[in-house]
Amino acid sequence: MDTMRDRFAPVVSALLDEDPRVAVVLAAIGVDGFVEAARRHPDRVIDVGIREQLLIGTGAGLALAGLRPVVHTFASFLVERPFEQVKLDFGHQGVGGVLVSAAGSFDWPSGGFTHMSPGDVALMDTLDGWTVHVPGHPDEAETLLRHAVAAGDDKVYVRLSVQSNAAAFPVDGRGFHLVREGGRGVVLAVGTMLDHVLAATEGLDVTVLYATTVRPFDARTLHRAALAATGGTGTPDVVVVEPYLAGTSTAAVAEALVEVPHRVLGLGVGRRELRRYGTIEEHVAAHGLDARSLRERISGFLGTGGSGNGPGGGSGGDTGEESVRD
Amino acid sequence: MTTATGAEGRDTAGAGYGFGDLDRLMGLLTGDEKHGPAATSTLDALWVLYDRVLRVSPATADAPERDRFLLSKGHGPMAYYAVLAAKGFVPVEWLPGFGAYDSPLGHHPDRMLVPGAEIGSGSLGHGLPLAVGTALGLRARGLTDPAVWVLVGDAELDEGSNHEAIAFAGPAGLDRLHTVVIDNASARYGRPGGIAARFEAGGWSAVTVDGRDHEALYAAFTAPHPGRPHAVIARVDPRS
Repeated sequence: MDTMRDRFAPVVSALLDEDPRVAVVLAAIGVDGFVEAARRHPDRVIDVGIREQLLIGTGAGLALAGLRPVVHTFASFLVERPFEQVKLDFGHQGVGGVLVSAAGSFDWPSGGFTHMSPGDVALMDTLDGWTVHVPGHPDEAETLLRHAVAAGDDKVYVRLSVQSNAAAFPVDGRGFHLVREGGRGVVLAVGTMLDHVLAATEGLDVTVLYATTVRPFDARTLHRAALAATGGTGTPDVVVVEPYLAGTSTAAVAEALVEVPHRVLGLGVGRRELRRYGTIEEHVAAHGLDARSLRERISGFLGTGGSGNGPGGGSGGDTGEESVRD
Repeated sequence: MTTATGAEGRDTAGAGYGFGDLDRLMGLLTGDEKHGPAATSTLDALWVLYDRVLRVSPATADAPERDRFLLSKGHGPMAYYAVLAAKGFVPVEWLPGFGAYDSPLGHHPDRMLVPGAEIGSGSLGHGLPLAVGTALGLRARGLTDPAVWVLVGDAELDEGSNHEAIAFAGPAGLDRLHTVVIDNASARYGRPGGIAARFEAGGWSAVTVDGRDHEALYAAFTAPHPGRPHAVIARVDPRS
């Protein structure tokens, strides 16, 4: 199967053909996929070289000139390095654009921590008005990319991964999807975490929601599901499993359930740097995000027992080593 | 303190103010006849641009074909506000409220609040990359006529984002991009070889002039620079 990132250049190239407002800005990463598009649209496929502050400023400047910029590089260089540019050049200027990252948390484990950005969504969460798409499958990525570019002048962050769930969901770029219903709490699986969560909660009496758009946060669906799955206690339990920094969305859960006494557990990538290379599967397990670990942590929190009956280890995607030109 | 010559004082289409009125307008902002060096260092360059070079007026402030002026050096914006008021972009009545809670005029300008302001600025090193993107965007839209101008300070050039933009814009041939560097020698370590040399090494056309001499500024602003972006380094008295 191809990866989400494999879809990026073909989808955006097609959008360049369809919409004269669309422009793509790159910083020496992902350029190969746009060679043909650059020939057709030399003024709207821009590679600024290894200059990430300029990457963001250029994207925002294109928006000031009336275009719809799609700005792409690895999450570390897209969100973290030029964060003040993201904050001011888009938000403060009042213009929109589509930021598309790759390699977010640990898509290239043998590349080490310099090419990991588990905190990208948490950072974006400090800013106002950004839509955040976290697809879990290449087909979803394609749909969400199209939604993002078509979203007027909105500010949209799309997080692409080489990891993937086995099957795609018919995502709509808005709310959460009800995957499984149960009575003893809600597990919200984000993006590529869905397969791990489904395996981990097999046989458990829990509701599973699936999110590929986490901002804005679908508080209504979570609220409804949480109240329906209180197990008669009246106190909902919610577990959030995110493929980036653990706890990123717990504040959003608390806000959704502000008038309801509740408990929330945020699972995701740990803050501590592992300082390990290896494979995606090894990193999934090290962060406790494989099905066995998730089952233990979820059932421990919910008090549903069954921690010994879980399935085997994680099922990460391709190792997805990245050839980086720097 | 000014030794201005040339077209100042002539009434123009805007609000009918001339260069000689700017001191009084700046006094409305500060309640004082004395102004900080950061405010006055830009005054002459701003005036010559808005009076004689930029093809933009309050009536065309949203027109696609307008020239764009991006004030990147957003601190000490009194001269900028005074010129915008003199040219009718903002009401003179706004000036005395400078910095107040309900005033659109802050100590750093906000494009969402100030008519005619193309960017909000204050944090240094944002204007030139935004100008690069704006120039690219106008070119992609087939709007090859509008000029894009950005004003930075010499110390602001210390920001790496500006170096990224300078190094890119020359080879990219952004000949509608123009940078005015107000050089009041405030950069911490100076700039061995001079500021113009930095731009020239990046493939720009560059010229250094007396930043108080309106005719020299005008000549530098309007100098041809085919195929290359253009930088004007406007020297003013060093910051005391």
